[in-house]
Amino acid sequence: MIRDITIGQYYPADSVVHRLDPRVKLMAVILYVISLFTFRGIWGFVLVTLALAGMIKLSKVPFRFMVKGLKAIVIILLITALFNLFLTPGETWVTVWKLTITKEGLKSAVFMAIRLIYLILGTSTLTLTTTPNQLTDGMEKALSPFNKIHVPVHEVAMMMSIALRFIPILIEETDKIMKAQIARGADFESGNLMKKAKAMVPLLVPLFISAFRRANDLALAMEARCYNGGAGRTKMKPLKYKKADLAAYGIMLGYIVMVILLRVLL
Amino acid sequence: MSIILDKVNYVYSEKTAYEIHALKDVSLKIEDGEFIGIIGHTGSGKSTLIQHLNGLVKATSGGIYYNGQDIYDEDFNMKELRGKVGLVFQYPEHQLFETTIFADVCFGPLNQGLSKKDAELRAFTALRSVGLPEEYWYQSPFELSGGQKRRVAIAGVLAMKPEVLVLDEPTAGLDPQGRDEILDQVAKMHEELGMTIILVSHSMEDVAKYVDRLIVMNHGSVMLDGTPREVFHYYRELEEVGLAAPQVTYLMHELRKRGIPVDGEATTLEEAKASILKCFQERKNR
Repeated sequence: MIRDITIGQYYPADSVVHRLDPRVKLMAVILYVISLFTFRGIWGFVLVTLALAGMIKLSKVPFRFMVKGLKAIVIILLITALFNLFLTPGETWVTVWKLTITKEGLKSAVFMAIRLIYLILGTSTLTLTTTPNQLTDGMEKALSPFNKIHVPVHEVAMMMSIALRFIPILIEETDKIMKAQIARGADFESGNLMKKAKAMVPLLVPLFISAFRRANDLALAMEARCYNGGAGRTKMKPLKYKKADLAAYGIMLGYIVMVILLRVLL
Repeated sequence: MSIILDKVNYVYSEKTAYEIHALKDVSLKIEDGEFIGIIGHTGSGKSTLIQHLNGLVKATSGGIYYNGQDIYDEDFNMKELRGKVGLVFQYPEHQLFETTIFADVCFGPLNQGLSKKDAELRAFTALRSVGLPEEYWYQSPFELSGGQKRRVAIAGVLAMKPEVLVLDEPTAGLDPQGRDEILDQVAKMHEELGMTIILVSHSMEDVAKYVDRLIVMNHGSVMLDGTPREVFHYYRELEEVGLAAPQVTYLMHELRKRGIPVDGEATTLEEAKASILKCFQERKNR
């Protein structure tokens, strides 16, 4: 039932992008998002499209799988596009009833929609090719300089990875409890809002109890293995830059320079 | 009265990288009043299979017929089926939610549309039949021990008066005494109420002792189907798929190897004992 959520999901495959250091990928996504809101004109558009297409191709994740993540933002996409379409002042293009569509409006609506779609596709390339663990590892390492000013980087990273780890567990647990209650004749679908909210009680109470039980177990297990925070803790797989990572940084630099040049020159 | 599965297939997360073919062409006929054991390795499709029996999961292909009615028919009453085929999940104590045990057991019958009074009567009978002492009935279910909680959860399903009771590893995580109590209770219900029982288990000893028919699942298909004696006859094949026969079966085979003519097919302690004693007797008489 709820198993089919794809946003933020990892797609196992063996590709160049999968093997990159998570720090590189994080940086790449940040740069890509910046470039999406920097580019201007048709050539800039061609460049960001090529970059995205290249990234998807290299990642070996089926395009169909990526597009699934777009379903979640269809409504935001529509609202943004419509607002831009009707509310941008400028040269009138067509008038429908009381609404005017301007040429500028059309242009900004199209580009806004493209930016949003690329934003989702670009960021999901990161989550699809990087396991949550790698991701938090990368963040921890990349943010470690902030430790000097007493930001609890390790603790935050640990909390994030635990939270991420618990999402599938809780989804599975919800599924199980839901089935168990349906087997006892519970009805989660029909009825008005009040009735539906009430029907959630047999689901939520056991779910909370199980979440607390699991949290308790995990805390115990961590203590039993002498976990006491980040200080002096070593890694089983320490992050180290390889040749491909350095090359990726180079490509990123070239890319962002090109985007800025295109904006300034054209 | 029967449940028929006709070439049931089930695929998890179809057409993604996580696709799992959980059931492959499973065809079964479950008659009224049978006591069936289902065994299989983790991931062999046991749990998926039993969730088909009350329509919790819909088969990717194939048909299921309850008393001759296709349960995937548009106008088939799924809710009624769930009352008829009671399903007790693994670790059923995790589904408890009410403030008192009694109220929790009433949940099922109330969902079936019974009046409060009838539901309470059902709860009363169900709690009695799982043997939970009355002084606990109005306590919070979360104060009980694991074994007691499990009885409450089983009572919660029994209160719906199912004709078929399906139990998914009802003894997982219990101590030997709790395990025997629950299984004896189940066997008693089978005898006294003539309920059809389907027991999913990991323990060969448990199934050999109680069931009349044993179904072995492997990689989503039915590997063996027969009486425990017939099935455990293939103990070598069972070992190959990560299962085993009851320990007495091994003992009896070992004895036969050493030239003692005991019954090699014995699957329970009682049978083994009788057979060994018989051998001694014959030896003495010689």
